[in-house]
Parts: sequence; structure tokens; C-alpha cells
Amino acid sequence: MRAAVNALRSFLLLELLRGLALTLKYFFKPKVTLNYPYEKGPISPRFRGEHALRRYPNGEERCIACKLCEAVCPAQAITIEAEPRADGSRRTTRYDIDMTKCIYCGFCEEACPVDAIVEGPNFEFATETREELFYDKEKLLANGDRWEGEIARNLAADARWR
Amino acid sequence: MPKLTVNGIEVEVEAGATVLQACEEAGFEIPRFCYHDRLSIAGNCRMCLVDMERAPKPIASCAMPAADGMAIDTQSERVKKAREGVMEFLLANHPLDCPICDQGGECDLQDQAMAFGGDASRYTENKRAVDEKHMGPLIKTVMTRCIHCTRCVRFATEVAGVPDLGAIGRGETMEITTYLEKTLASELSANVIDLCPVGALTSQPYAFVSRPWELNKVESVDVMDAQGSNIRIDARGGQVLRVLPRLNEVVNEEWISDKARYAIDGLRRQRLDQPYLRGSDGRLHPASWPEALEALRAAIKKARPAGMGAVIGDQLDAESIFAVKTLMDKLGSPHLDCRQDGAKLDGKRRASYLFNSTIAGIDEADALLIIGSNPRLEAPVMNARIRRRWLNSDIKIAHIGPEMDLTYPSEWLGEEAELLAGIADGSHPFAQLLQQAERPMLILGSGALRRADGAAILGKARQIAEQTGMTGKGWNGFNVLHNAASRVAGLDIGAVPSKGGMAVAEMLSAARAGSLKLLWLLGADELDLAGLEKCFTVYQGHHGDAGAHAADLVLPAAAWTEKNGLYVNFEGRVQQGLRAVFPPGEAREDWAIIRALAELLGVNLGFDSLDELRQMLCASHPQFAELDEITPAKWGKFGSTARLKGGVVEAGLTEFYMSCAISRASQTMAACRKAAGQPDAAQAAE
Repeated sequence: MRAAVNALRSFLLLELLRGLALTLKYFFKPKVTLNYPYEKGPISPRFRGEHALRRYPNGEERCIACKLCEAVCPAQAITIEAEPRADGSRRTTRYDIDMTKCIYCGFCEEACPVDAIVEGPNFEFATETREELFYDKEKLLANGDRWEGEIARNLAADARWR
Repeated sequence: MPKLTVNGIEVEVEAGATVLQACEEAGFEIPRFCYHDRLSIAGNCRMCLVDMERAPKPIASCAMPAADGMAIDTQSERVKKAREGVMEFLLANHPLDCPICDQGGECDLQDQAMAFGGDASRYTENKRAVDEKHMGPLIKTVMTRCIHCTRCVRFATEVAGVPDLGAIGRGETMEITTYLEKTLASELSANVIDLCPVGALTSQPYAFVSRPWELNKVESVDVMDAQGSNIRIDARGGQVLRVLPRLNEVVNEEWISDKARYAIDGLRRQRLDQPYLRGSDGRLHPASWPEALEALRAAIKKARPAGMGAVIGDQLDAESIFAVKTLMDKLGSPHLDCRQDGAKLDGKRRASYLFNSTIAGIDEADALLIIGSNPRLEAPVMNARIRRRWLNSDIKIAHIGPEMDLTYPSEWLGEEAELLAGIADGSHPFAQLLQQAERPMLILGSGALRRADGAAILGKARQIAEQTGMTGKGWNGFNVLHNAASRVAGLDIGAVPSKGGMAVAEMLSAARAGSLKLLWLLGADELDLAGLEKCFTVYQGHHGDAGAHAADLVLPAAAWTEKNGLYVNFEGRVQQGLRAVFPPGEAREDWAIIRALAELLGVNLGFDSLDELRQMLCASHPQFAELDEITPAKWGKFGSTARLKGGVVEAGLTEFYMSCAISRASQTMAACRKAAGQPDAAQAAE
């Protein structure tokens, strides 16, 4: 008896039909895949992406060369050199991040007393060569200028918990 | 000897000690800002409050003398509250700008706020702002950060002896100022930077350069003067960034001179980083080490031992001096001299060239005669010790030489050398003072010893020492003050002309005449090197200074921060300096150059490494094995009994800021010199 039922099942291709039914069900459900370069998923305001050095609204760079980020960096990816600027203020003459060393832990951002170094929302900074990932101050400031709107919005969104 | 209990632990302290010292003795740390071991007690920061039994309120432990039967509590709830309260008051006006403050990371206020302060500020009012004050090219001021501990004022007044700093105003409007906005005219001025517990006074040349946690710290010895001040060299990467004093009670306590601290920027300029050989066009051309050493070998072969001489410079380490001495002996040349200034010290009797009473001995002296020396310029830290002795006792001080301000009153006896004869035969009034004194002392400087009749002056000084009882039991008041860090090591090793050898001046005139074919200068720049065309001159050293310009062959060597070496200070104390960074370019350590040259010459010096060289040195001169110790010297006959020639006695140094190749290359020293109102030095190099 059991053998007869099994034979009938195989003969009617029930498993196949059940599989096709599942496929058909997903066919009508909303899609979860993204058309990546044209579509992007939502990211948290706390997302730790590419680094940027920010400026004050009047254009003055925020970084004061306190070197706390350099000290806290567990990967030792940050190198800073400083000297008094012509007006006597403390500024960096060199601010390098080796993005190949960076582990994107966000400690630099946490350590910064003036919110100068931040990890912005950008995660699309793949390069063709290693050398392009050795960021200098100019590149980081340019990043800051480019992403300032989003960075400021993210910081404001997260400010309650900081 | 009062006995008291601190937190239940009984301690016995010396009479006159404070409660704070008693607490330290018992092993309890008391936070403090104004109190400093080496300065008078001010008691104005109130951070050291502790509870005393039966006292109605907490007491300032730094200002309270310890008394018998006191019961001190440093851990009570009230003490904790008092500390938090004081800290809150201090921080009321102290800006929270630690991220841009150079003191950040090594700040007393920062540390103590973490350890003893509260957790949050209740202060919302505006903070006080204070104008910056000008204190010269070394000290950067951010007076808003000042917490009015007055350590700097007390240092300038008491230790440095230049009462140019002071406080004006009261309460919140109190300001530390130089009154007339003038440079702090002291050779020890930069020590206020170390003393400042906050970032109000920071180092100008080091401004924003580095953070303390980035630095490699290496213990070394200063070679800018012959005192052998203990220093810590802070380096990052290949650069020496700063020099700080290290505590050594018997040498420099915790001070160092401005030159020791700031001449290091000279180590980055005018450096020799590859060998140079003078070509047929009369110019120096870069050469490789094999070419350079081969040229030297050929010159030595051509000159023959009798035709070559070597002069040892002022900052060479003992091992290198020993290596040169060994090489010259093996080659058979007697012409070797370490006395660049021409001092008439033959090095035969050790007591004749040491500072026999030791620096710590100054604290016991009760009469002092200074001959041909300006200790304020030649050994500023030791001069501060003499000043302290003058403050604490009625020591009689007099000097023979040019009139000068030593920061303490010193009777000016005159500048004629004949005065010594008067003191030696007891006819001069100061001789009586020396005779009456229990521990009389004399300091003989290179200004007197380098005169043509230096040996006679040395003899007269010995006579004075013997006749005024300076050489009694347990006391030797005969002191020679050297200016060169390598001098005592050189004399100990015997780097003086042996039989038939020529001293520096004779070597130079022989070289001009052409009878000396090869002159080897090991870091010797303080010589008149004009007219040496007939002689093949070799300069082995680290700076492109006078020596390198006159040389036909330049061998780049390591400066003192770039090699391990032993240095002997003017007391005869052997101290070790450790390497902080590596020498630039192709420069090599001196001993290694000498070793390589010996190899080429086919001479076996008997060592292949610095350790072996040190073992040889210690075997032939056992005092070098005793690090940080003084091997006392036996008294005996020295000096000549010849008549003194007339004329005036000069001071050993007349110039503080630029006295060696390193300090002459230093921009900071040039700025100091300018600020001190001295004319711009024509840079010896260039």
C-alpha cells in the first residue's frame, strides 16, 4: 500500500510542483535585492565609513593637532605632525591616515574633542592602487567638504546618545 | 626628631621637616602644586590639605612643621572633600584647553584632577583671561592657564638669582609677569618650564611638536659643559626633540642649563653625513668611506708617526679617546693632545685636574676663591649651588679675573695674575679669610690655566690650597673647573703628549711650518686653523664647523646623542650616555672609524666591539668601571714653581650660548644670544 502511494507521488511530480509553487510565491512577493550601484540600502547614522576632516562653518579647519586620535588608534594608522601656524594657533602640518591599516573601529571619532575627524557615510572608496589609500590632510579635508551635509545630519541624529 | 603617626603608621622625620614630607615618608602621596622640594614654601595652592587630630579644620601640610605626637589623617572624608573643593576652585579659572596645551599628557593639574578632583564642573560663569607675557625665546607663556603656584617666581628669585619674575595684583586678578616684559636673563631660565605644574609656561622651541607619549626616552649625560648634568633625551623617529633634566642629587639636582636643553636643534643642522675629500680644485667633494679611509691611510703612511698629530675635541666620549690613544701609541706617535684650549695640565697627578671637593661639597664650603673662571657661564647649574650655599650660610666668595655678576655677591680682588702670589704668601687680606675658614675652597678655571704661565698658576694655586688648609683630612678644596666634557676623561686616559710630543699650540705651528704632515682633529673646532695648507688636515666630527672647513678630509662621526659612551665630569665622576637616535647618513661612531682605520693600517687595536673597547678601557683605567662614582684622587706635588708672568687673568668662557659646534649650529641658541643683547655671531660655518 505504502509502496503504491509513493509510486503515485513520484509519478505525479508533487515535490516538483510544491517547489514551483514556492518559486511562484516569491515571484509575487516584494523584492529584497538592490540594484546596487543605482540603489543603496539604508545605513545607520553611526555608520563608520570613509574618514573625513571637518571644518567649522566659517571655513576654519577643526583639527587642533591634539593627537588623541593618533594615540587611540589601535592599528596605528594615523600620523600627525604639528607646529604653530602663523597666527600662533595649534594646527597640523601633516595628517595622514593609512586606510589599508585602518580597521574602522571609530575610536578616532570618539577621541576627537572637536569632532574634526569623523567616519562618514561613504563606503565606496575602493581604489585601483594601494597608494591611493594613503590619505593625506588635503584628501581628508576634501572628503569633509564633500560629505559635510550628511555628516552633520548624522552627528545631529546621534547627538542624544553621545 | 619628631615622631608622628600618619593614617596610623608611625614615622620619625628629621627636625624641621613638614607634615607633607612626613606623609611621603609614611608612603602616602599628597597632591600639591605650589610645594617643591627645592624651593621655599609658599602654601598658596591649598591642594595639600590633610586632617590633623584636634585641629578644627584641615591644615596645609606643606607649610606645617611636623611635630611630636601629631596624628595625621590623609584619607578621611573631609580631606577628600577638601581636595575636591580646592580642585574645583583651581579649575574655575583654568581653561579646559588640554587638547591644544603642550603640557597635556604630563600635566600635574590634569593628573591630579583625575586622581583627586570631582567628576563634573558646576561653574558656568565666564573664565578669566590673562594677557600673554614675554619671557624670551625659550619660554612660551599662556598665562590664562596659570594657577598662581608661584613656583617660577621662587625659582627665579632663589635658585637662578635673577629676581625678574613676580606677581602683581591680588586674588583673581593676580598675574605672574616679568614686570618690564624682558627676557629672563638667566642661564637656567628654562627650568621654570619643568617647574610649572600646568601649561602656563611651556617650551617655545618645542611648541606643538610632540606629545609625551610619542617619545622614546633615553637616559644620557649632557656634554655642553663639563658638569655632566644627567639628562633624558626624548626622541621620535630619527630626531632628538627635547632634553629634560634627570634627578641626580650630587650632580645637577634637577636643573639643567638652557644650552643643555636647547642646543639640540643644532644636531639637525650643519651635519656631516658623508665623507668628503678635498680635490685638486681645492674644494671638498663627497667620497665613499673606503676612499676616505684609504686617503687617510696613505697620508698616515706618508707622514710617518713622527709627522702626525691628533687633537681631541671637547665632546668626545672616553672610549673614543682611549681608542685614539691606543692607535697613536701603536703607531708610535707622541703627538696627541686633549687640551684644546691649551690648559697647562699635564695629567700626571689626578688631583691637579679634578674638582676635588665635588659639587656636593660646595654645600659645606665656607670660603671660596674663584680664579680665571666664570662659573655662571661655564657651569650654570653648579653656580646655582654656590648661590644656594651663599643663601644658607655666610660663605665668603671672591674672584680673580674680569668683573662679573655671578648672581651672588663675590668680592672682586682684581684681574692681575700677581694677586695669586699675594694670596699664596698670606699678605693679601683674602688669604686670612681662607685660612680662618674651616672648609675653604678654590676654583681654578681655564682662563687662568690656558695662559702661557698656566703651570706656574697651577703651582701657586696648589700652594694656596696647602697653605690655607684646603687639603686637610676629609676635605680637599682644590678644584679645577673645566669647560670641556671630554677633558677629564682625556687626562685620565693620558691623552697628552708623551715624551717628545707636541701640545696643541706647537702642533699647529709645526703644521703651519710644514714639519707636521698630518693633523687629525677629532671634533676639535675651537682652534685657529688658518694657514694649514702645508699639512694634510683630517676632521672627524659631526658638524660642519671650523674644523671641517679647514680639513682636507672630513670623516662624519656621531654626535653624543647618537652613540653609547662614557663621559667623565669635572669631579671625575664617570657617567654613561645612551644612544637616543642613529647618526645621520653615513656617519659612524668614532670608535668604529678608528677601528676601521687601524684595520687598514694593519694595526691590531685589540677590540672589535664597543664592549671589548670598554673592557680594555676599564682594565687599564679601573676608575672607568665605577659608573656614577668618583674615585678620589691622592694629593701630591704638581704645577711649576716658576714665577708668574704679569698680565690679566681672563674668564674661561665669555660666551654662554654658542660655545661648541652644536650650539653654534643651533637657531634657538642664536635667538637666545640675540635676546641677551649680544651681537649676531658670524656663524663659524658657512
